[in-house]
This record gives sequence, C-alpha cells and structure tokens, in this order.
Amino acid sequence: MNAVNQVTAPPAPASRDNGVALVVSQLSKSFLIGKRRIQALHDVSFSVRYGVVTGLVGPDAAGKTTLMRLAAGLLVPDSGAISVLGMDAATESLAVQGTIGYMPQRFGLYEDLTVQENLDLYADLQGVPEAARAERYRELMHMAGLKPFARRLAGQLSGGMKQKLGLACALVRQPALLLLDEPTVGVDPLSRRELWDIVYRLVREQGTSVLLTTAYLDEAERCDDVVLLHEGRLLDRGAPAVLRETMRGHTYRVTVAGMDKRVLQNRIAQAPGVMDALIQGDHVRVVMESDAPVDFAALCPAAVGIEAAAVAPRFEDSFVALIKAKTRGDEVSSAQMTTTTSPPLGRATAEGSPQSGGVPAGVPLAAVVRERVDTNQVQQRPNVPPLPNPLPAGERGQDQSARPVIEVHNLQRRFGSFYAVNNISFTVSRGEVFGLLGANGAGKSTTFRMLCGLLPPSGGTLRIAGADLRHAAAAARARIGYMSQKFSLYENLSVAENLRFFSSAYDLSGARRRQRMDWALQEFELASMAELTSGDLSLGYKQRLALACALMHEPEILFLDEPTSGVDPLARREFWSRINALAGQGVTVMVTTHFMEEAEYCDRLAIMAAGEILTMGTPGSIKAQARTAAQPEPTMEDAFVGLILAHEQQGVAA
Amino acid sequence: MNSDMRPGSSRMRLRGLIRKEFLQIVRDPSSIAIAFLMPIFLLLLFGYGVSLDSEHIPLALVVEQPNADTADFTAEFDQSKYFVTSYYASTREAEQAMMAGRVNAIVVLRRDFARTLRRSDGATIQLIVNGVDANTGRIISGYVQGAWGSWLAHAAQKRGEVLQVPVQMQQRVWFNSELRSRNFLVPGLVAVIMTLIGALLTAMVMSREWERGTMEALLVTPLSMREVIIGKLLPYFILGMGGLVLAVGMSLFLFEVPLRGSLWVLFAASALFLVTALSMGLLISTVARSQFVAGLIALIATFLPAFLLSGFIFDIGSMPTVVQVITHIVAARYYVAILQTVFLAGNVWGVILPNALALAVLAAVFLGLTWRNAHKRLE
Repeated sequence: MNAVNQVTAPPAPASRDNGVALVVSQLSKSFLIGKRRIQALHDVSFSVRYGVVTGLVGPDAAGKTTLMRLAAGLLVPDSGAISVLGMDAATESLAVQGTIGYMPQRFGLYEDLTVQENLDLYADLQGVPEAARAERYRELMHMAGLKPFARRLAGQLSGGMKQKLGLACALVRQPALLLLDEPTVGVDPLSRRELWDIVYRLVREQGTSVLLTTAYLDEAERCDDVVLLHEGRLLDRGAPAVLRETMRGHTYRVTVAGMDKRVLQNRIAQAPGVMDALIQGDHVRVVMESDAPVDFAALCPAAVGIEAAAVAPRFEDSFVALIKAKTRGDEVSSAQMTTTTSPPLGRATAEGSPQSGGVPAGVPLAAVVRERVDTNQVQQRPNVPPLPNPLPAGERGQDQSARPVIEVHNLQRRFGSFYAVNNISFTVSRGEVFGLLGANGAGKSTTFRMLCGLLPPSGGTLRIAGADLRHAAAAARARIGYMSQKFSLYENLSVAENLRFFSSAYDLSGARRRQRMDWALQEFELASMAELTSGDLSLGYKQRLALACALMHEPEILFLDEPTSGVDPLARREFWSRINALAGQGVTVMVTTHFMEEAEYCDRLAIMAAGEILTMGTPGSIKAQARTAAQPEPTMEDAFVGLILAHEQQGVAA
Repeated sequence: MNSDMRPGSSRMRLRGLIRKEFLQIVRDPSSIAIAFLMPIFLLLLFGYGVSLDSEHIPLALVVEQPNADTADFTAEFDQSKYFVTSYYASTREAEQAMMAGRVNAIVVLRRDFARTLRRSDGATIQLIVNGVDANTGRIISGYVQGAWGSWLAHAAQKRGEVLQVPVQMQQRVWFNSELRSRNFLVPGLVAVIMTLIGALLTAMVMSREWERGTMEALLVTPLSMREVIIGKLLPYFILGMGGLVLAVGMSLFLFEVPLRGSLWVLFAASALFLVTALSMGLLISTVARSQFVAGLIALIATFLPAFLLSGFIFDIGSMPTVVQVITHIVAARYYVAILQTVFLAGNVWGVILPNALALAVLAAVFLGLTWRNAHKRLE
C-alpha cells in the first residue's frame, strides 16, 4: 500500500478546496437533437464532499450522465461551471483527467483484450510507473477477485466481472476522485453488493471521494450523500437517512383479510390524503401526505376489517414526495391548470390540451407534455383505470382453479453446448401476474422468446392458452400481446400511426380498428398527442404507447419484458396500476424484471439463475425463506442474494 | 494546456495505445481482412476478371458463295486470336445471331466476291458491328480492318508483289509495348486498394471505439488528442504498408507487370499516399460515430472517387471540365499517376515530384482538418 501511496497520492484535501472535491455551480447544458433543443441540465448547483460516496440519483433523462461527462471534461457547459479538485473541468480538462478515475456506462473495456492487457493499457495511459505496477495489479486483482481470470478476454467475462474489471481500470492509478456512471446496470444483486463493498473499502482505506450515478432508489440509500435529479433539475440533496426521515409517520402497512390486494390498493390509492399506495407482497404499503394519525376504516369504508401498522419510511418515499411536491409547485405557478374537482377518468388530458396550460412560449412541446402528465395523473388520479367490478376474493380463487393458461414442463433451450434454459417447469393461471426475476444472462429473455413462439425449445413442452406452440404457434400468437424491453415503437411515426400499424398487424380493420384506436387514445390518455412523433415522447409515455400497441387485439396473455427499466418511479407506479387493472379483468400477465421491488407486485414469481429456477412462490413466501435471526425482515434482494449464494455453494459441493 | 501536470510520459501512453491497437488487429479478423484479404481479392478479380483488351470476339462470317478466294480471306479470321468465327449461310441468319447476342460482328462476303476481286475497283465486303458497347465496337472494327490489311499483304506476297501503299505507318508502342491493359490496370488498382485500406481501416476502427463506448473511457485519461491520432495512424500505417508489399508483390510476380522505376520511389510515394488515406479515414471518424456510417462515407467519399476519378480506368483528359476540376482533390489521382509512371516508364521525376507534392499538400490538409475537428469532447 505504501508504494502505491508514494506514487499516486491524491492531492491533500484541505489544501485545495476546503474539503470539497467537486463544486457544481449554476450548471446548464442543452443538446440539439434534430431540430429540438433538449435541456439536459437546468441551473444545477451542489458540491461533493471529500472522502464520502455521493450518489447522483434520478430516473433516465434526469441529466445524470450529462453531469458526469461535464465533470470529466467530456462536455462543455452552456453556462455555469464545474470545479473538480479545484480545477475547472472545462478549461483545465486535461489536468482534471490526470487526477480522476472515470468508468463510463459500459465500463470502457476492450472486449478483445484480456483482463491483464486491459489493465496494462490503462496503466500506460494513466502513467503508472513500471516499478509500482506489480504491487498495484496484485491489489486490484485481489480486490476485484479477477486473479484467476487474468488471461481471459474481457468480452468473455460475466456482467458482474466486467463491471469489476472496469472499476479496476478506473482505479489503476489511485484517483483522488472516482466517477462511476451507472456502475450497477445489468449486473446481478450479488455483484452489486460486491461493488458497493469495494467502493466503501476505497473510501475507508484510501480516502477516495466517489461520485456515482444510479437509477435504483434502493441503492441510493447506501450512499453517504445523495443528489436527487429529475428532468435536469435538482430536487434535493443530503444524507439519505435525513431525507428518508422526513417521511417518518407517513408510512403504513395495510391489510384486509379476504380482500384482494389489487382491489385494496386501488381503493386506498383513490382515498383523500393518500400520496402513494403500492402492493408489497401480500399487503399494501401506503404513504400519506401528512404525518397526522390516520383512521383507515374511515378512509376506506368498503374495506371491512382493515388493519394498518406504521412502518419505517424508505428513501423512495421521499423521492416520490419530492417529485410530487415539485410538480404541485409547477401546478400552482401555472394557475389555470389546477382543478379541484376530479375530472372523469381519461378525460383530463384530452380536454386540457398541453398548449392551453399557461406554459411559457419556447418550451419544447414534449417537455410540456411531460409536465402536464405528472400534474394530471399523479396529482389527481394516482390510479388510472378503476377496476370495473372488484371481484370478491373467492371468485378470483375459483378462477385460478381453472386450467392454467400457461403450462411449461421441463422446458430446455440449448445454444451449442450451453443451456440458456435448463429444465424449467411452471404454470400460470388466468388473471395471475407471474414474474421472472433474475440478472442478465439468467435465461429470462430466452424463456420469454420460447413462450411467445419466437424461438423453438430444444426440449420439454409448452402450452399457451391450451395450444401447443410447436404445432399452433400462429393461433397462440393471436392471443398474446408482447411488449419488449426497447418498446419496439416506430419512433418516426406518430402515436396514432403506431397504433394503426399495430392494429393492422393484428388484422384489425374498419370499425373495429377505429373502436380500438379510440379506446387506446382514451384509456392511455394519448388523445392530445395522437399526432406527435412517438420518438419525441418522454420515456414514460413511450412505455404507455407500447403497452397500448400490445393491447390493440385484446390479448388474453400479456408478456412484458423488462417493461419499466429506466422510467421514473411515478411512471412505474402508473404502469403497474394499469397492469393490475388488466389482471383484474382476467388478463394473464407474465413479466421479467431485474428490479427487486417490482417483483413485489407479482402474485407469484420464479427466481432464475444460470437457466434454472432457484425458487418459486409468492413474494411473501420467498422472502420468508430468507428469514433468519440476524435478518428478521429480509428484502427481496436479501432473499435473492441468499439463493444465489446457496446455489453457488451447491455447485462447489457437487 | 499545461501538460506537465499529467502523470507518466507521452512515450508510455503512445506505447500503450499502439500495443493495444496491435493486439486488436491480431484478434479481430476484420482489420486483417481489409489489409490483406481485400488486396488479394481485388487484384485477382481485376487481374484476371477485368480486361479492357478484346479477345475471342464472336464473329459471324457469311459467305454467299464459297470458293478458294473466300476461303483464303476467311482463313485470316479463323487464325486470328482476336476472333472466334462461326459461319452462316445467309445474312438474315447472321443478323438473328447478332440480335440474340451470340455474335458481336458480322462480315459478309457477297456472291460476286471472287469475281470483283480481280477488277480494278476491287471487291466490297460488308462489316456490321454491334455498337452498344462503343468501346468494344471500335476495337472490333479496328481488328477487322487489321485482319483485312494483313490479308491484302499476304495476297500481294503470294502474287510475288509488294503491296503498294503510298504512306506507311511505322508503329511503336511505348511503356506497355504488348498493349496489355493489365499492365496499367494493376498499378491503378494498387492505388484503389491503398485508398480502401487507409480510409476504411481508420474510419472503422475509430468509429468502433465510439460504438463500444471505449472512446469515452480513453478520452477521460491524460491522453492528448495528438496522442490519440498518432496512436491510430502509426499501427495502421504499418498494416497498410504490409498490404502494399503484398499488392506490389502480386503485381510483379503473379501478373508480371514490369517495374521500370525503383522500388524505393514506389514505396516512398506509397507511404506518402497512405498517410493521406489514413488522414481521410480519421477525418471521416470525426463525423461518423458508428461503423456503418463510417464505412458508407469511406466508400462514397474515398473509394468511388479513387475508382472513377483517378484516371485508373477512365482517362481524366476526356472527362467534362467540371469533373476534371473535381479530380484535383482526389488524392488517388496523383498516386495513380506516380504508380503508372514508376511501374511502366521509370523514375520520371517530372511526373513523380509534382504529384508527390500534391499528395503532401492533401495529407497536410486532411490531417489539419482532423486536428481541428477532433476534440477531447463528446460533441
């Protein structure tokens, strides 16, 4: 350690900048995309302390990556400045780049070079003296657990290992400030935990300052400090615990014996004073707008025997509260938009067209649309479609006893000698929401492609809605809807054109097509933007349109492949309330996700790793498996990591 | 910019970059394919497949009344290496064969050929040529005239006379005395190949780094843009010179193109041109950030002009004036001139030096533009 410190000692903190590693002052940055100017960052100011981990937290398009690139001297701000370790990132970028470590989103590795060759390259580029290398490599290899793989090509490493190699490359000359852009995207929870351990060891042992970006709100809680960004603006900043504590007394866990959780969630979400209601395994987690005591029986009279208990707040609660507060602020400033009476569902957006909302001229339309969306549906109607006639629990139970809609038995898929999916079996009943949870490469997407009839299985049987996919793929396909990860929209077509195209792809024509298009525009509140180019929509709206397209032919089964990655928590909630409504109407939903919290919304789920199902059951029962004395309230992630570890040990034992 | 603050030395950074590039060249077959397989493929294709000489032209002979005289005349065609003859009984049949594309020309000997031959005003023969391909048409008509001329000479010889022609042409063909089109096609082709290797290679490998996100990581190291450019130029210069050695070797030993100038002049001019081509590729990569776009631009902006506007196949002097002006910014034009001179004529400094100067100017312009356009920035 001594040798390394001699060679690459970070500049002494106090001497340069009063204990501040990075200062962002009134930073603005916009990009010209086609003819539209996108404001990526809007007058953002904050500072990052020395020797701590600061998280830049926000959904996609919040401006996180732009800020990282500005800090690394890769972009020049429109106005304002970033000072990194006392140097201006724009004018002294080469000097800044000589002192920081930076890991871009895809880790910046040369996949056709070996682990060792990647390290050598970055050691040369970062000017690590030859004499110090052996010792530094030993440390890094040990830290990242890459020693056995030094001669392996980087392209052949797993996602988690690539991420650790990328980190090692960024650390090859010990930097004073480490910038990590979305370091944990696409890696399994176990690798995520290991990364966090490494980062904290760096901070503790070497006093490195770390700034990282993440879209995972549960990850934000692991930072010392967080900076919350939303649509290019700073929402708030501070220690996560402090932000979280502002929500203490607002959060409850609510159950009603004998009442379907989706019905309950729907009821509560529409009650006054409720800010957020989420299905969490077998109960509903409720966040109130104030911390005053709540009488749930009065709040929700239909639910007989309602039970509520106060629970600890989470970081996400404060994030959602902040976004809602901000959009409410916007609403007040543009006075005529506020309507106290709840308009009928599916009407508000159509009536109050974006242009009429007292919006200053010159603001891009899509941005306006996004603002409006937040205000409209988040404020007044946290849940969009009400359940038509809530089914009593008994009836739903009866439904589920009918023949399963999806039957998978010993399903296999081989690519060469590699089993992407190995002997999995499960069934899904009508109206059930079934989740496949796993890291990248676990076999989720392969399973999905087989279920949709896009990929023939190598072995096993597969029945969809009673039809064997091997013989009647076309017939089965007419009864399923599929929404892929990238949304599969034609981005240069308008919203209406996309809907029209997908209806014709499913053989809808004439009056029927018109009827379905009207339905989609109304139901998904897309009428006001029917003529907008779909590529210009916000991510949440694209997701909504993609769902509408998948539903044009009224499928019985809906497949959702990572449907909410990248969208903000509000759009995700809105999306899931639609899915819940569909399930209530009897549509069977299968969803893949790597968001642990999203798994909580499912009725049942299967956790996959390396092509196998490790466990299957309700979210509650899966979490219960991980319950130990040390961990009385395990999260889904705890359960997942526990299962993976147990699986690996089994592999070692065998 | 104060570079003293940067840790390490420029030498160390360049060494790292260049070593990385060579490792990638060895591991990724696509660069090797562009540098070595493509020259082989193009040279074989053009060396064997494309020839501007016409040989084995299918020729229809219509002899309305065969006799000793007509046989004597047609023998001249039968023996020529330029023609493959077939005989038709009537003009109509021969015309049908021409319509069907089976023959490219028809020679008709009338019924009265033998009789009129001995008259003072001589016999008439009719030649019908397929003129769709004007170039081939002209060549055929020339060949037929040649065959006819040599028959006249033979006939005179047989009669013990010397053919009396008032003016005689003494023809000497310089530089390419066998008039093999391959001899000038192959050197020109070397220029096209070097354009492709140079521009395509650098444009593709730079855009590959953008595509894979590695460029972003490179830019956030203490590298300067000068080092990035040199780190790309040097490895692909070496690879390109390797491709050149291969192409020149094939030209000399497989296609037996004569090399009348010195090998050193050839390599020096090629090195200069390669730098120009590599800079064009780098310039393209400052605009194109995906391999697909970079490849397309490289093909349209460098390969096609090198092919069409360099004088490699099509003579620049016979192009419209506007196009002639445009050819001055096509680097391959100067290189083709140097190559054809060095291969077929020798070290003619009067040709080589001005063209080399033009190449140097273009290289400086392209490198300068790259320098100006390439920032250590993402936009």
